Amino acid sequence: MYLQIMEQIRRRIAVGDLKAADPLPSIRQLAADLQISVITIKRAYLELERDGVISTQHGKGSAVAESAGLAARIYEQELEKHLAEAARLAALLGLGSRDLQRRVRDASDQLAESAKEPR
Amino acid sequence: MIDLAIELTGVGKDYRLFSLQDVSLALPTGQIMGFIGPNGAGKSTTIRILLGLVHQDRGEVRVLGHRMPAEQVAAKWEVGFASDDMRLYDGATIEWHMRFIRSIFPSWDQAYAETLLKRFDLRAEHRVKGLSHGQRVKATLLMVLARRPRLLVLDEPTTGLDPVVRQELLRELAAVMQDDGRSILFSSHNTQDVEQISDQIAFIDRGRIIESRDKETFLERWRRIRVELPGDVRLPALPGIIDIQQAGRLAVATTNEYDGQLPRAYEAAGVRVHAVESMTLEEIFVSNVQHSREGATA
Repeated sequence: MYLQIMEQIRRRIAVGDLKAADPLPSIRQLAADLQISVITIKRAYLELERDGVISTQHGKGSAVAESAGLAARIYEQELEKHLAEAARLAALLGLGSRDLQRRVRDASDQLAESAKEPR
Repeated sequence: MIDLAIELTGVGKDYRLFSLQDVSLALPTGQIMGFIGPNGAGKSTTIRILLGLVHQDRGEVRVLGHRMPAEQVAAKWEVGFASDDMRLYDGATIEWHMRFIRSIFPSWDQAYAETLLKRFDLRAEHRVKGLSHGQRVKATLLMVLARRPRLLVLDEPTTGLDPVVRQELLRELAAVMQDDGRSILFSSHNTQDVEQISDQIAFIDRGRIIESRDKETFLERWRRIRVELPGDVRLPALPGIIDIQQAGRLAVATTNEYDGQLPRAYEAAGVRVHAVESMTLEEIFVSNVQHSREGATA
């Protein structure tokens, strides 16, 4: 459940709704707003802090981390996750790394192709 | 400062046909505990013991630091209790009930009571007789919430409510928790209600606590592992696996002590791991009850 909260906060940073150093609601406030247990929000904040996405100062609450290129890094982390999953599934299917590379290239070509098409 | 709002240690109570055995629970201050069990599991008995309404035969009970049942009078000022079988007076209005409770409890918060009336879409001048089930539950809860008790104990508050009223109620409970000095224990056989807002989860079945942990740990440790076997063999049971369902070369192993080592251990044994799935609280609950019952009969 905390993963969903992390995902939502990450997304809001990625699309620019939350910017570097923006304050985040307190744990109890967010828990009440979302009607989700305090322990879940606490866990999400803790993990986000560990990932360097947010920072928490004792007595001051949490804020989005100040580091540069945070939005890009969030997409980077997501890509990382999906690549690992793709590699795992490829291994299940018995695909070699060359096959996997070809499939990734195909997917990327397809995306470029569909972007070209007139609406 | 009391760290635990509720502390039960080795509590037992014997009836002719039912006994509560060795019940231990701890609810840290500032948290919500969802107390889940099938009908007749001992939820209400446990709740009545911790309120001092029923006296335990064995074990220690502390509520907000008060020893129960000896210090129940002191505890009752700070504890709000609502249950299904609690009745308001049919012939009296909501207003009358509010005034009555205000006259007893100095902690009554009239402004909050009026806010709750609006939020719950209730009218003070309405007589209890004309209220629907949902309205009665909300009215009962209002009387308890407006006292601003440090501990709320709710026995099956969501049973028989429609989804809209249930959400209103859960929202109010979540709002109470903005104050980190308050705690809630609520029982339910509906795991969905509990899953969302609870910090702690306790499962009870046949008079025993079968598992009690914080919710995130619960959801993290219970996993289903879907695997494919190399040939016509049985899936070996590794430590922490409590159930295996196998059909041909496909098998599903359920664990309540998951860690990343488990799929690796299976891979090392030549078993192909297809997926590791998390489980809903409902699935965990059912699996847990079955596992504990099998253990009891084995």
